[in-house]
Amino acid sequence: MIQEEQKNEHREWTELNMGPQHPSTHGVLRLKVKLDGETVKEVEPIIGYLHRNAEKICELDYYCDSLIYFDRMDYVAAMNMEVGYLEAAEKLLNIPPPERAQWIRVIMAELGRIAAHLVWAGAFGLDLGMLSPFFYCFVQREKILRIFTEICGSRQETNYMSIGGVYQDINENIIYMIEEFTKEFPDKLEEIFNAFVKNDIFMSRNKGIGILEPDVAIQYAVTGPMLRASGIEYDVRKAEPYLVYDKLNFDIPVSYKKDNLARFLVRFEEMRQSVRIVKQAIKKIPDGPYFNPKAKKSLMIRLRGEGEVYARTESPKGEFGVYLVGDGGVKPYRVRVRSPSLRNLSVIRHLGKDVLIADLIAISGTIDLVFGEVDR
Amino acid sequence: MKTGDGGVVTTTLEQAMEWGRSNSLWPLTFGLACCAIEMMAIQAADMDIARFGSEVFRNSPRQSDLMIVAGTVTKKMAPRVRRLYEEMPYPKYVIAMGVCVIQGGPYNQGYSVVLGVDKVVPVDVYVPGCPPTPEALTHGIMLLQKKIRNETDR
Repeated sequence: MIQEEQKNEHREWTELNMGPQHPSTHGVLRLKVKLDGETVKEVEPIIGYLHRNAEKICELDYYCDSLIYFDRMDYVAAMNMEVGYLEAAEKLLNIPPPERAQWIRVIMAELGRIAAHLVWAGAFGLDLGMLSPFFYCFVQREKILRIFTEICGSRQETNYMSIGGVYQDINENIIYMIEEFTKEFPDKLEEIFNAFVKNDIFMSRNKGIGILEPDVAIQYAVTGPMLRASGIEYDVRKAEPYLVYDKLNFDIPVSYKKDNLARFLVRFEEMRQSVRIVKQAIKKIPDGPYFNPKAKKSLMIRLRGEGEVYARTESPKGEFGVYLVGDGGVKPYRVRVRSPSLRNLSVIRHLGKDVLIADLIAISGTIDLVFGEVDR
Repeated sequence: MKTGDGGVVTTTLEQAMEWGRSNSLWPLTFGLACCAIEMMAIQAADMDIARFGSEVFRNSPRQSDLMIVAGTVTKKMAPRVRRLYEEMPYPKYVIAMGVCVIQGGPYNQGYSVVLGVDKVVPVDVYVPGCPPTPEALTHGIMLLQKKIRNETDR
Protein backbone atom coordinates (compact mmCIF):
# COMPACT_ATOMS: atom_id res chain seq x y z
CA MET A 1 0.00 0.00 0.00
CA ILE A 2 2.70 2.43 0.99
CA GLN A 3 4.71 1.45 -2.07
CA GLU A 4 1.76 2.19 -4.30
CA GLU A 5 1.36 5.62 -2.76
CA GLN A 6 5.00 6.33 -3.38
CA LYS A 7 4.60 5.26 -6.98
CA ASN A 8 1.69 7.63 -7.40
CA GLU A 9 3.76 10.37 -5.87
CA HIS A 10 6.50 9.73 -8.41
CA ARG A 11 4.01 10.03 -11.21
CA GLU A 12 3.27 13.58 -10.09
CA TRP A 13 6.84 14.71 -10.62
CA THR A 14 7.27 17.19 -13.40
CA GLU A 15 10.11 16.63 -15.79
CA LEU A 16 11.82 19.80 -16.90
CA ASN A 17 14.66 20.49 -19.27
CA MET A 18 17.13 23.26 -18.55
CA GLY A 19 19.30 24.07 -21.48
CA PRO A 20 21.25 23.61 -23.68
CA GLN A 21 20.28 27.20 -24.43
CA HIS A 22 19.74 28.72 -21.02
CA PRO A 23 21.14 31.97 -19.64
CA SER A 24 22.58 30.41 -16.52
CA THR A 25 24.03 27.09 -17.65
CA HIS A 26 27.37 28.63 -18.66
CA GLY A 27 27.39 27.34 -22.17
CA VAL A 28 25.69 24.22 -23.32
CA LEU A 29 24.88 22.22 -20.20
CA ARG A 30 21.54 20.46 -20.25
CA LEU A 31 20.02 19.54 -16.92
CA LYS A 32 17.14 17.11 -16.83
CA VAL A 33 15.31 18.05 -13.66
CA LYS A 34 12.50 16.19 -11.93
CA LEU A 35 10.40 18.50 -9.86
CA ASP A 36 7.91 18.06 -7.07
CA GLY A 37 6.32 21.49 -7.04
CA GLU A 38 9.29 23.82 -6.67
CA THR A 39 11.56 21.23 -5.12
CA VAL A 40 14.11 19.44 -7.22
CA LYS A 41 14.00 15.69 -6.68
CA GLU A 42 16.48 14.50 -9.28
CA VAL A 43 19.02 16.18 -11.51
CA GLU A 44 20.69 14.54 -14.43
CA PRO A 45 23.36 16.50 -16.30
CA ILE A 46 23.51 15.70 -20.00
CA ILE A 47 26.77 16.69 -21.62
CA GLY A 48 28.37 16.36 -25.03
CA TYR A 49 26.94 19.40 -26.80
CA LEU A 50 30.43 20.79 -27.24
CA HIS A 51 32.32 17.58 -27.90
CA ARG A 52 34.97 18.77 -30.37
CA ASN A 53 37.21 15.66 -30.11
CA ALA A 54 40.23 17.75 -29.21
CA GLU A 55 42.11 14.77 -27.78
CA LYS A 56 41.77 12.83 -31.02
CA ILE A 57 42.88 15.80 -33.11
CA CYS A 58 45.94 16.21 -30.87
CA GLU A 59 46.99 12.70 -31.89
CA LEU A 60 46.94 13.79 -35.55
CA ASP A 61 49.16 16.81 -34.90
CA TYR A 62 52.78 17.44 -33.99
CA TYR A 63 53.65 17.93 -30.34
CA CYS A 64 54.08 21.67 -30.76
CA ASP A 65 50.79 22.11 -32.65
CA SER A 66 48.59 20.48 -30.03
CA LEU A 67 48.94 23.53 -27.82
CA ILE A 68 46.12 25.43 -29.51
CA TYR A 69 43.60 22.73 -28.63
CA PHE A 70 44.61 23.02 -25.01
CA ASP A 71 44.08 26.78 -25.19
CA ARG A 72 40.52 26.10 -26.20
CA MET A 73 39.77 23.54 -23.51
CA ASP A 74 39.38 25.86 -20.55
CA TYR A 75 38.96 28.84 -22.81
CA VAL A 76 38.80 31.43 -20.05
CA ALA A 77 42.20 30.37 -18.63
CA ALA A 78 44.26 29.53 -21.71
CA MET A 79 47.58 30.21 -19.99
CA ASN A 80 46.92 27.62 -17.28
CA MET A 81 46.01 25.02 -19.86
CA GLU A 82 49.27 25.67 -21.72
CA VAL A 83 51.22 25.18 -18.50
CA GLY A 84 49.41 21.88 -17.97
CA TYR A 85 50.12 20.50 -21.42
CA LEU A 86 53.73 21.64 -21.49
CA GLU A 87 54.43 20.05 -18.11
CA ALA A 88 53.59 16.72 -19.72
CA ALA A 89 55.06 17.34 -23.17
CA GLU A 90 58.38 18.60 -21.86
CA LYS A 91 58.67 15.62 -19.57
CA LEU A 92 58.05 13.27 -22.49
CA LEU A 93 60.35 15.05 -24.96
CA ASN A 94 62.94 15.74 -22.25
CA ILE A 95 63.31 19.45 -22.97
CA PRO A 96 63.25 21.34 -19.67
CA PRO A 97 62.46 25.06 -19.95
CA PRO A 98 65.13 27.51 -18.70
CA GLU A 99 64.55 29.21 -15.39
CA ARG A 100 63.47 32.57 -16.80
CA ALA A 101 60.76 30.86 -18.84
CA GLN A 102 59.51 29.08 -15.74
CA TRP A 103 59.11 32.37 -13.87
CA ILE A 104 57.37 33.95 -16.84
CA ARG A 105 55.02 30.98 -16.96
CA VAL A 106 54.15 31.33 -13.29
CA ILE A 107 53.33 35.02 -13.74
CA MET A 108 51.16 34.32 -16.78
CA ALA A 109 49.39 31.39 -15.15
CA GLU A 110 48.50 33.45 -12.10
CA LEU A 111 47.26 36.36 -14.22
CA GLY A 112 45.22 33.80 -16.16
CA ARG A 113 43.80 32.47 -12.90
CA ILE A 114 42.68 35.96 -11.90
CA ALA A 115 41.07 36.48 -15.33
CA ALA A 116 39.25 33.14 -15.11
CA HIS A 117 37.93 33.81 -11.63
CA LEU A 118 36.78 37.28 -12.71
CA VAL A 119 34.77 35.77 -15.56
CA TRP A 120 33.32 33.30 -13.10
CA ALA A 121 32.40 36.03 -10.61
CA GLY A 122 30.73 38.12 -13.29
CA ALA A 123 28.75 35.19 -14.64
CA PHE A 124 27.80 34.04 -11.15
CA GLY A 125 26.44 37.51 -10.45
CA LEU A 126 24.37 37.32 -13.63
CA ASP A 127 22.98 33.94 -12.56
CA LEU A 128 21.69 35.47 -9.36
CA GLY A 129 20.28 38.53 -11.10
CA MET A 130 23.05 40.99 -10.27
CA LEU A 131 24.14 42.94 -13.31
CA SER A 132 26.61 45.49 -11.97
CA PRO A 133 29.36 43.16 -10.62
CA PHE A 134 29.59 41.74 -14.14
CA PHE A 135 30.69 45.12 -15.49
CA TYR A 136 33.19 45.66 -12.68
CA CYS A 137 34.70 42.20 -13.23
CA PHE A 138 35.04 42.58 -16.97
CA VAL A 139 36.71 46.00 -16.69
CA GLN A 140 39.43 44.40 -14.55
CA ARG A 141 39.67 41.41 -16.87
CA GLU A 142 40.25 43.69 -19.84
CA LYS A 143 43.35 45.03 -18.07
CA ILE A 144 44.81 41.51 -17.87
CA LEU A 145 43.89 40.87 -21.50
CA ARG A 146 45.71 44.06 -22.46
CA ILE A 147 48.85 42.63 -20.84
CA PHE A 148 48.36 39.39 -22.78
CA THR A 149 47.87 41.33 -26.01
CA GLU A 150 51.10 43.20 -25.39
CA ILE A 151 52.94 39.93 -24.84
CA CYS A 152 51.65 37.73 -27.63
CA GLY A 153 49.18 39.69 -29.73
CA SER A 154 46.17 37.65 -28.76
CA ARG A 155 43.57 38.41 -26.14
CA GLN A 156 42.02 35.25 -24.94
CA GLU A 157 43.39 32.16 -26.68
CA THR A 158 46.98 33.21 -26.21
CA ASN A 159 49.19 30.39 -27.57
CA TYR A 160 52.07 32.15 -25.84
CA MET A 161 54.08 29.32 -24.36
CA SER A 162 55.81 26.71 -26.42
CA ILE A 163 57.81 23.55 -25.91
CA GLY A 164 61.10 24.57 -24.32
CA GLY A 165 60.09 27.96 -23.01
CA VAL A 166 57.96 30.86 -24.18
CA TYR A 167 57.70 32.43 -27.62
CA GLN A 168 58.79 35.91 -26.69
CA ASP A 169 60.70 37.44 -23.85
CA ILE A 170 58.94 39.93 -21.63
CA ASN A 171 60.31 43.47 -21.79
CA GLU A 172 60.31 46.45 -19.43
CA ASN A 173 57.06 47.76 -20.79
CA ILE A 174 55.26 44.53 -19.92
CA ILE A 175 56.85 44.38 -16.48
CA TYR A 176 55.65 47.96 -15.91
CA MET A 177 52.12 47.02 -17.02
CA ILE A 178 52.03 44.02 -14.69
CA GLU A 179 53.36 46.08 -11.77
CA GLU A 180 50.74 48.76 -12.37
CA PHE A 181 48.05 46.12 -12.50
CA THR A 182 49.11 44.45 -9.24
CA LYS A 183 49.22 47.88 -7.58
CA GLU A 184 45.71 48.86 -8.62
CA PHE A 185 43.93 45.55 -8.63
CA PRO A 186 43.64 44.72 -4.88
CA ASP A 187 41.54 47.84 -4.22
CA LYS A 188 39.34 47.15 -7.21
CA LEU A 189 38.94 43.56 -6.09
CA GLU A 190 37.66 44.72 -2.71
CA GLU A 191 35.19 46.95 -4.54
CA ILE A 192 33.88 43.95 -6.49
CA PHE A 193 33.86 41.82 -3.35
CA ASN A 194 31.80 44.38 -1.47
CA ALA A 195 29.35 44.64 -4.35
CA PHE A 196 28.62 40.97 -3.73
CA VAL A 197 28.75 40.50 0.01
CA LYS A 198 26.97 43.72 0.99
CA ASN A 199 23.94 42.54 -0.95
CA ASP A 200 21.48 40.82 1.38
CA ILE A 201 19.77 38.88 -1.39
CA PHE A 202 23.09 37.49 -2.56
CA MET A 203 24.00 36.42 0.98
CA SER A 204 20.68 34.76 1.72
CA ARG A 205 20.75 32.87 -1.58
CA ASN A 206 24.20 31.44 -0.84
CA LYS A 207 24.54 31.01 2.91
CA GLY A 208 23.93 27.43 3.93
CA ILE A 209 22.86 26.31 0.45
CA GLY A 210 24.51 23.54 -1.53
CA ILE A 211 26.42 21.91 1.30
CA LEU A 212 29.10 19.55 0.04
CA GLU A 213 30.51 17.25 2.69
CA PRO A 214 34.25 16.52 2.41
CA ASP A 215 33.81 12.74 2.11
CA VAL A 216 31.28 13.16 -0.70
CA ALA A 217 33.63 15.57 -2.44
CA ILE A 218 36.41 12.99 -2.33
CA GLN A 219 34.09 10.25 -3.59
CA TYR A 220 33.21 12.32 -6.62
CA ALA A 221 36.88 13.28 -7.21
CA VAL A 222 36.10 16.97 -6.80
CA THR A 223 39.17 19.19 -6.87
CA GLY A 224 40.07 22.84 -6.88
CA PRO A 225 38.22 25.62 -5.07
CA MET A 226 35.20 23.36 -4.59
CA LEU A 227 37.24 20.86 -2.58
CA ARG A 228 38.99 23.56 -0.60
CA ALA A 229 35.62 25.11 0.25
CA SER A 230 34.68 21.76 1.79
CA GLY A 231 37.56 22.03 4.22
CA ILE A 232 40.27 19.95 2.58
CA GLU A 233 43.56 21.71 2.10
CA TYR A 234 44.69 20.29 -1.21
CA ASP A 235 46.37 22.26 -3.95
CA VAL A 236 48.71 20.77 -6.54
CA ARG A 237 50.88 23.87 -6.33
CA LYS A 238 51.73 22.87 -2.75
CA ALA A 239 51.18 19.12 -2.82
CA GLU A 240 53.40 18.48 -5.82
CA PRO A 241 55.07 21.76 -6.79
CA TYR A 242 55.73 22.30 -10.46
CA LEU A 243 57.57 25.18 -12.17
CA VAL A 244 58.91 27.43 -9.39
CA TYR A 245 55.95 27.40 -7.02
CA ASP A 246 58.11 26.02 -4.22
CA LYS A 247 60.15 29.23 -4.22
CA LEU A 248 57.13 31.44 -3.67
CA ASN A 249 55.20 32.37 -0.55
CA PHE A 250 51.48 31.95 -0.75
CA ASP A 251 48.64 30.45 1.25
CA ILE A 252 45.96 28.03 0.20
CA PRO A 253 42.56 29.44 1.12
CA VAL A 254 40.37 26.90 2.89
CA SER A 255 36.84 27.27 4.19
CA TYR A 256 35.02 24.88 6.52
CA LYS A 257 31.52 26.18 5.82
CA LYS A 258 31.06 23.86 2.79
CA ASP A 259 28.28 25.94 1.20
CA ASN A 260 27.94 28.17 -1.86
CA LEU A 261 29.24 31.19 -0.01
CA ALA A 262 32.36 29.27 1.03
CA ARG A 263 33.16 28.50 -2.60
CA PHE A 264 32.66 32.14 -3.46
CA LEU A 265 34.97 33.30 -0.67
CA VAL A 266 37.65 30.74 -1.53
CA ARG A 267 37.77 31.92 -5.13
CA PHE A 268 38.07 35.54 -4.10
CA GLU A 269 40.84 34.72 -1.63
CA GLU A 270 42.60 32.80 -4.41
CA MET A 271 42.64 35.93 -6.52
CA ARG A 272 44.28 37.83 -3.65
CA GLN A 273 46.89 35.11 -3.31
CA SER A 274 47.51 35.17 -7.06
CA VAL A 275 48.25 38.89 -6.87
CA ARG A 276 50.70 38.09 -4.07
CA ILE A 277 52.44 35.48 -6.24
CA VAL A 278 52.68 37.82 -9.22
CA LYS A 279 54.12 40.59 -7.02
CA GLN A 280 56.85 38.27 -5.73
CA ALA A 281 57.59 36.65 -9.06
CA ILE A 282 57.98 39.91 -10.97
CA LYS A 283 60.75 40.92 -8.56
CA LYS A 284 62.54 37.57 -8.52
CA ILE A 285 62.52 36.94 -12.26
CA PRO A 286 66.12 36.07 -13.28
CA ASP A 287 68.03 37.01 -16.43
CA GLY A 288 69.00 34.44 -18.99
CA PRO A 289 67.55 32.65 -21.98
CA TYR A 290 63.80 32.35 -22.27
CA PHE A 291 63.95 29.43 -24.65
CA ASN A 292 65.69 26.07 -24.60
CA PRO A 293 67.90 25.91 -27.74
CA LYS A 294 67.16 22.17 -27.99
CA ALA A 295 63.69 23.07 -29.21
CA LYS A 296 64.62 25.50 -31.95
CA LYS A 297 61.61 26.82 -33.85
CA SER A 298 62.77 25.32 -37.13
CA LEU A 299 63.33 21.90 -35.54
CA MET A 300 60.17 21.89 -33.48
CA ILE A 301 58.15 19.53 -35.67
CA ARG A 302 60.93 16.95 -35.62
CA LEU A 303 60.75 16.41 -31.87
CA ARG A 304 60.25 12.76 -31.03
CA GLY A 305 59.03 11.33 -27.77
CA GLU A 306 58.84 7.84 -26.39
CA GLY A 307 57.24 6.50 -23.25
CA GLU A 308 54.30 7.66 -21.20
CA VAL A 309 53.93 10.57 -18.81
CA TYR A 310 51.28 12.06 -16.61
CA ALA A 311 51.59 15.62 -15.36
CA ARG A 312 49.17 17.48 -13.15
CA THR A 313 48.80 21.16 -12.53
CA GLU A 314 46.39 23.38 -10.66
CA SER A 315 44.07 25.10 -13.10
CA PRO A 316 41.48 27.61 -11.89
CA LYS A 317 38.89 24.82 -11.90
CA GLY A 318 40.95 22.20 -10.11
CA GLU A 319 43.48 19.51 -10.81
CA PHE A 320 44.22 19.42 -14.53
CA GLY A 321 46.06 16.29 -15.61
CA VAL A 322 47.53 15.45 -18.99
CA TYR A 323 48.48 11.92 -19.96
CA LEU A 324 50.69 11.51 -23.02
CA VAL A 325 51.96 8.37 -24.72
CA GLY A 326 54.65 8.62 -27.37
CA ASP A 327 55.69 5.78 -29.66
CA GLY A 328 58.91 7.38 -30.93
CA GLY A 329 57.21 9.28 -33.72
CA VAL A 330 56.73 12.99 -34.27
CA LYS A 331 53.11 12.77 -33.15
CA PRO A 332 51.76 11.56 -29.82
CA TYR A 333 50.20 8.11 -29.78
CA ARG A 334 47.63 8.96 -27.14
CA VAL A 335 46.51 12.17 -25.50
CA ARG A 336 44.19 12.05 -22.53
CA VAL A 337 43.03 14.87 -20.33
CA ARG A 338 41.76 14.68 -16.78
CA SER A 339 39.50 17.67 -16.71
CA PRO A 340 38.45 19.10 -13.36
CA SER A 341 35.18 20.61 -14.59
CA LEU A 342 33.79 17.20 -15.57
CA ARG A 343 34.40 15.75 -12.09
CA ASN A 344 33.07 18.87 -10.43
CA LEU A 345 29.95 18.73 -12.58
CA SER A 346 29.20 15.12 -11.61
CA VAL A 347 28.62 16.17 -8.00
CA ILE A 348 25.54 18.17 -9.06
CA ARG A 349 23.53 14.92 -8.87
CA HIS A 350 24.23 14.92 -5.16
CA LEU A 351 24.03 18.66 -4.53
CA GLY A 352 20.88 19.18 -6.55
CA LYS A 353 18.71 16.83 -4.46
CA ASP A 354 15.87 18.36 -2.44
CA VAL A 355 16.73 21.97 -3.15
CA LEU A 356 14.55 24.67 -4.64
CA ILE A 357 14.90 25.17 -8.37
CA ALA A 358 16.22 28.71 -7.85
CA ASP A 359 18.94 27.30 -5.62
CA LEU A 360 19.92 24.82 -8.31
CA ILE A 361 20.95 27.79 -10.46
CA ALA A 362 23.11 29.15 -7.65
CA ILE A 363 24.68 25.73 -7.04
CA SER A 364 25.50 25.12 -10.70
CA GLY A 365 26.95 28.64 -10.75
CA THR A 366 29.39 27.90 -7.94
CA ILE A 367 30.70 24.77 -9.67
CA ASP A 368 32.38 27.02 -12.27
CA LEU A 369 31.77 25.07 -15.43
CA VAL A 370 33.54 25.61 -18.70
CA PHE A 371 32.22 23.38 -21.41
CA GLY A 372 35.27 23.33 -23.58
CA GLU A 373 36.84 21.33 -20.79
CA VAL A 374 33.91 19.15 -19.80
CA ASP A 375 33.21 17.84 -23.29
CA ARG A 376 36.59 18.52 -24.88
CA MET B 1 16.40 61.14 -45.86
CA LYS B 2 16.64 64.92 -45.59
CA THR B 3 16.77 67.21 -42.58
CA GLY B 4 15.57 70.78 -42.93
CA ASP B 5 16.44 73.73 -40.72
CA GLY B 6 13.11 73.58 -39.00
CA GLY B 7 13.68 69.96 -38.05
CA VAL B 8 11.46 68.39 -40.69
CA VAL B 9 12.40 64.92 -41.87
CA THR B 10 11.07 63.46 -45.08
CA THR B 11 11.46 59.77 -45.59
CA THR B 12 9.70 56.71 -46.86
CA LEU B 13 8.05 54.27 -44.50
CA GLU B 14 10.45 51.50 -45.50
CA GLN B 15 13.50 53.63 -44.80
CA ALA B 16 12.19 54.69 -41.41
CA MET B 17 11.46 51.09 -40.49
CA GLU B 18 14.87 49.92 -41.62
CA TRP B 19 16.53 52.71 -39.70
CA GLY B 20 14.71 51.75 -36.54
CA ARG B 21 15.27 48.07 -37.07
CA SER B 22 18.99 48.43 -37.64
CA ASN B 23 19.48 50.48 -34.49
CA SER B 24 17.63 48.18 -32.12
CA LEU B 25 19.00 44.73 -32.86
CA TRP B 26 18.37 42.55 -29.85
CA PRO B 27 20.77 39.60 -29.79
CA LEU B 28 19.97 36.22 -28.32
CA THR B 29 22.03 35.11 -25.30
CA PHE B 30 23.44 32.07 -26.97
CA GLY B 31 27.02 31.16 -26.19
CA LEU B 32 28.41 27.87 -27.38
CA ALA B 33 32.15 28.01 -26.71
CA CYS B 34 35.19 30.28 -26.50
CA CYS B 35 33.71 33.05 -28.65
CA ALA B 36 30.90 33.46 -26.13
CA ILE B 37 33.34 34.99 -23.66
CA GLU B 38 34.29 37.61 -26.24
CA MET B 39 30.59 38.10 -26.90
CA MET B 40 30.20 38.79 -23.17
CA ALA B 41 33.13 41.21 -23.39
CA ILE B 42 31.35 43.43 -25.93
CA GLN B 43 28.42 43.61 -23.56
CA ALA B 44 30.67 44.88 -20.78
CA ALA B 45 31.84 48.38 -20.10
CA ASP B 46 34.98 48.56 -22.23
CA MET B 47 33.48 47.63 -25.59
CA ASP B 48 29.97 48.83 -24.88
CA ILE B 49 27.64 47.43 -27.52
CA ALA B 50 24.87 49.74 -26.28
CA ARG B 51 26.33 52.38 -28.59
CA PHE B 52 24.77 50.40 -31.44
CA GLY B 53 21.46 49.78 -29.72
CA SER B 54 22.16 46.10 -29.16
CA GLU B 55 22.74 45.98 -25.42
CA VAL B 56 19.54 44.13 -24.63
CA PHE B 57 20.61 40.49 -24.73
CA ARG B 58 17.42 38.47 -24.65
CA ASN B 59 17.27 35.04 -23.13
CA SER B 60 14.30 33.92 -25.14
CA PRO B 61 14.56 33.48 -28.92
CA ARG B 62 11.01 34.79 -29.22
CA GLN B 63 12.11 38.28 -28.18
CA SER B 64 15.28 38.59 -30.21
CA ASP B 65 16.15 39.67 -33.75
CA LEU B 66 19.77 38.62 -34.02
CA MET B 67 21.45 35.30 -33.34
CA ILE B 68 25.20 35.52 -32.82
CA VAL B 69 26.38 31.93 -33.21
CA ALA B 70 29.45 32.12 -30.98
CA GLY B 71 31.40 28.89 -30.80
CA THR B 72 31.78 25.51 -32.42
CA VAL B 73 28.53 23.92 -33.59
CA THR B 74 28.68 20.18 -33.04
CA LYS B 75 26.46 17.59 -34.66
CA LYS B 76 24.60 17.15 -31.39
CA MET B 77 23.98 20.88 -31.09
CA ALA B 78 23.06 21.62 -34.73
CA PRO B 79 19.35 20.61 -34.46
CA ARG B 80 19.01 22.88 -31.42
CA VAL B 81 20.57 25.79 -33.30
CA ARG B 82 18.08 25.26 -36.12
CA ARG B 83 15.20 25.07 -33.67
CA LEU B 84 16.24 28.27 -31.91
CA TYR B 85 16.48 29.97 -35.29
CA GLU B 86 12.99 28.85 -36.17
CA GLU B 87 11.62 30.10 -32.87
CA MET B 88 12.81 33.63 -33.59
CA PRO B 89 10.23 35.99 -35.11
CA TYR B 90 10.80 37.65 -38.48
CA PRO B 91 12.79 39.71 -39.42
CA LYS B 92 15.76 37.73 -38.11
CA TYR B 93 19.47 37.87 -38.75
CA VAL B 94 22.40 35.59 -38.04
CA ILE B 95 26.05 36.48 -37.42
CA ALA B 96 28.55 33.62 -37.63
CA MET B 97 31.26 34.47 -35.12
CA GLY B 98 34.60 32.69 -35.30
CA VAL B 99 36.20 30.30 -37.75
CA CYS B 100 34.65 27.23 -36.12
CA VAL B 101 31.24 28.52 -37.10
CA ILE B 102 32.39 29.52 -40.58
CA GLN B 103 34.09 26.28 -41.66
CA GLY B 104 35.10 24.18 -38.67
CA GLY B 105 38.23 26.12 -37.82
CA PRO B 106 40.88 24.19 -35.91
CA TYR B 107 38.40 21.36 -35.39
CA ASN B 108 37.63 20.69 -39.04
CA GLN B 109 39.52 17.39 -38.95
CA GLY B 110 37.18 16.12 -36.29
CA TYR B 111 34.26 13.75 -36.57
CA SER B 112 31.73 15.59 -34.45
CA VAL B 113 31.90 19.16 -35.75
CA VAL B 114 29.52 20.73 -38.28
CA LEU B 115 31.72 22.38 -40.89
CA GLY B 116 30.01 25.72 -41.03
CA VAL B 117 26.80 26.85 -39.42
CA ASP B 118 25.57 27.98 -42.86
CA LYS B 119 24.68 24.35 -43.45
CA VAL B 120 22.13 24.69 -40.65
CA VAL B 121 20.87 28.29 -40.71
CA PRO B 122 21.25 31.11 -43.27
CA VAL B 123 24.05 33.48 -42.29
CA ASP B 124 24.11 37.24 -42.95
CA VAL B 125 27.54 38.27 -41.74
CA TYR B 126 30.68 36.20 -41.14
CA VAL B 127 33.19 37.41 -38.54
CA PRO B 128 36.47 35.49 -38.82
CA GLY B 129 38.96 35.08 -36.00
CA CYS B 130 39.71 32.53 -33.32
CA PRO B 131 38.17 34.06 -31.29
CA PRO B 132 37.40 37.37 -33.06
CA THR B 133 38.21 40.41 -30.99
CA PRO B 134 35.26 42.42 -29.66
CA GLU B 135 36.21 45.12 -32.18
CA ALA B 136 35.78 42.62 -35.00
CA LEU B 137 32.37 41.59 -33.75
CA THR B 138 31.36 45.24 -33.43
CA HIS B 139 32.40 45.69 -37.04
CA GLY B 140 30.27 42.69 -37.95
CA ILE B 141 27.26 44.25 -36.26
CA MET B 142 27.90 47.52 -38.12
CA LEU B 143 28.02 45.63 -41.41
CA LEU B 144 24.73 43.97 -40.55
CA GLN B 145 23.20 47.36 -39.79
CA LYS B 146 24.35 48.60 -43.18
CA LYS B 147 22.82 45.54 -44.80
CA ILE B 148 19.49 46.09 -43.06
CA ARG B 149 19.42 49.76 -44.08
CA ASN B 150 19.87 48.83 -47.74
CA GLU B 151 17.37 45.99 -47.71
CA THR B 152 14.67 47.54 -49.94
CA ASP B 153 17.18 48.96 -52.41
CA ARG B 154 17.97 45.50 -53.68
